[in-house]
Amino acid sequence: MTEPVIGTDAASAAGAPAGGAAAGGAAAGGAAIAAAEAVQSAAASRGPLAMQAAGLSKDYKLGTGAVLHAVRNVSFGLYRGAVVALVGESGSGKSTVAKLLAGQERLTAGTITLGGRPVDIRSIRAFRRYKSQVQYVFQDPFSSLNPVHTVGYHLARPVRLHQGDVKDVNAAVAALLEQVRLTPAAQFVAKYPHELSGGQRQRVSFARALAARPTVLLADEPVSMLDVSIRLEMLNLLDDLRTRLSLAMLYITHDIASARYFADEVLVMYGGQIVERGPAEDVTQHPAHPYTQLLIASAPDPDSISPGGRPPGDPPGGGTARPPAPPWPPGGGTARPPGTPGGGPAATGCPFSSRCPLAVGRCRQENPALQLLTPQRAAACWRLDVAASAAEAARPDPLSPRYRDTREEGQS
Amino acid sequence: MSPILEISDLSVAYRTPAGDVRAVEQVSLTLNAGEVVGLCGESGSGKSTLAYGATRLLRPPALITGGSVRYHGRRITHGGAPADILTLSRRELHALRWREIAIVFQSAMNALNPVLRVRNQLLDAVQAHLRLPGDEARDKVAGLLDLVGIPRDRLRSYPHELSGGMRQRVMIAMALASDPEVVIMDEPTTALDVVVQRDILAQIVELKETLGFAICFITHDLSLLLELADRIAVMYAGRLLETGSSQAIMRDPAHPYTRGLLNSFPSLHGPRRELVGIPGSPPDLRDPLPGCPFAPRCAHAVPACGAVDMTLEPWSGPASAPAEHLTACPIVTPEASRKEVLS
Repeated sequence: MTEPVIGTDAASAAGAPAGGAAAGGAAAGGAAIAAAEAVQSAAASRGPLAMQAAGLSKDYKLGTGAVLHAVRNVSFGLYRGAVVALVGESGSGKSTVAKLLAGQERLTAGTITLGGRPVDIRSIRAFRRYKSQVQYVFQDPFSSLNPVHTVGYHLARPVRLHQGDVKDVNAAVAALLEQVRLTPAAQFVAKYPHELSGGQRQRVSFARALAARPTVLLADEPVSMLDVSIRLEMLNLLDDLRTRLSLAMLYITHDIASARYFADEVLVMYGGQIVERGPAEDVTQHPAHPYTQLLIASAPDPDSISPGGRPPGDPPGGGTARPPAPPWPPGGGTARPPGTPGGGPAATGCPFSSRCPLAVGRCRQENPALQLLTPQRAAACWRLDVAASAAEAARPDPLSPRYRDTREEGQS
Repeated sequence: MSPILEISDLSVAYRTPAGDVRAVEQVSLTLNAGEVVGLCGESGSGKSTLAYGATRLLRPPALITGGSVRYHGRRITHGGAPADILTLSRRELHALRWREIAIVFQSAMNALNPVLRVRNQLLDAVQAHLRLPGDEARDKVAGLLDLVGIPRDRLRSYPHELSGGMRQRVMIAMALASDPEVVIMDEPTTALDVVVQRDILAQIVELKETLGFAICFITHDLSLLLELADRIAVMYAGRLLETGSSQAIMRDPAHPYTRGLLNSFPSLHGPRRELVGIPGSPPDLRDPLPGCPFAPRCAHAVPACGAVDMTLEPWSGPASAPAEHLTACPIVTPEASRKEVLS
């Protein structure tokens, strides 16, 4: 019994058809690794390879005897001084990938190499050595800091653990705080997490990760809990740190727009697989995979508002004389018919086939492997040609002619 | 345009031993029938406090220190005049809440009771406020799920068996149980990913069109409001800084804070812009500075900012109708920005 469905929510609870699933996925597996290795990472130009993930897979056994394939055949490299973004919706497996890289979960299949050597963290000492090179920043700074300890305590512990040679712990802590621009450092050392704002707390989390002097930083949605006005500063800080300390960074996010600005390479995940990868600007401007196209069309984007919908000065809303409804969503549609929420990844074939407007019979039976589009880009889809022409006809949303109309009005 | 909810000069403070935290300070905001008003601000700006204060849902130490909230609904009046929510009796409040003004609370994960099935939670709400007999109440509950597009067999589910999007839909269904005039939505999509968020927002707009309620949509995401809302109110440190139609706010933002917000989010389309953001962090409301609360973070601050009285004045920018578009900043005027005093 196989049920390659990610997340325990909608699909699995609804009793999505299970069984007889793995055939397509397994057949495509070998080719996927091959194509993934053939892709030249857009991040590679920044610096030397720090960490390599090859064919990572993670299965979870469910109580019912079924197996949940949380991550399937994921391969990519992290390079010093470069940011690789892992983009996808909740349940797509992106955090599981980070946990595998952090050694918090055991691999079902695949290998991770760090600095050219295969990672072996079975002994506690090896795990600690590994940890001082690979650090993790959690999403929620409100729950990842201990409320009963001061900032100084949070930072002094990793300094003692990972910087054995340091004589003056206090000076090291102060240096860390300055590195994340919590200055004057003396003012923050004695503070408790509840005395800090969300942004300041997340800076403490960064400082705690940096205390280990890592080469790889795994940042799991580091800014999604923060206010919009703070996010940009935080990404700028991360950007500055990766350049100065030449960190290899994995940036996990569901906000593909921030990936466009911050990352060198973008990997789009769906249903535990990488469905598209390539240079950040390329993927966001010319998405090849129907899922990437949906993701981009779904992001709120004020630039897509048409003045035709609501002329300036025209009194909007209100009682009797109401103008036509604003074009929400400007995309006009979703990838599934209205009234059928919660469609999860498909059990057989391409995981996106259950929601894909372009899906045909083959998509539901065989799982496509990553195909090279250009030396730096790859996508896993049987209908790339159709997706490309649909995208060309109605950028950025191939699903709705309405969207196209309003865009054209907006430009005229 | 007929106003349905009129908040005037509302002030809310939290009493603490260290002094009052003035979370909402003399805020006036009008919600018209069938309109979507977006209330935008970062955490701690007082946007939720404003909404809960206006519906009298705050408990001590929160204290409403001034103002009035007039509700112009059909079903509740004070001898023909609109009812002032701040002076209603307990019984009148009970009749007002949920039937007239419903709230979709932040984070459906915590707002739903984890040990009750979806059906029982909806029944609970329906019976408490509508007093329907058992059969009718059960039909009503099933109909509510249809309304938000959740299959009826999910009535037997517990909240943890639903996806985040479904939980949020259940919350919306619950709010719509008694055909309210006003629905306050407090960050209804913040914890959801973009695809689900768009689905739910599309559904909210569709329901609004069919059922005709007005929405006060609270969020910290201005980019989302620009697409969704008819009008936007920008809040900062307990004050309104700017109100206007979403068109006007997007094309011709008046207040430096709004400009900063608009410059904070990366765009997906078009050329890559230089993003500036807003340095610094929000002020401590226990010890407010005189004048404009944004002055310490403002790139255009001048000494006169300390004497600004924060009343909203018309802004007559190129894309704005002056009566519609108000700003609290008297320093940055359209003339000043045209002279390129501003970036």
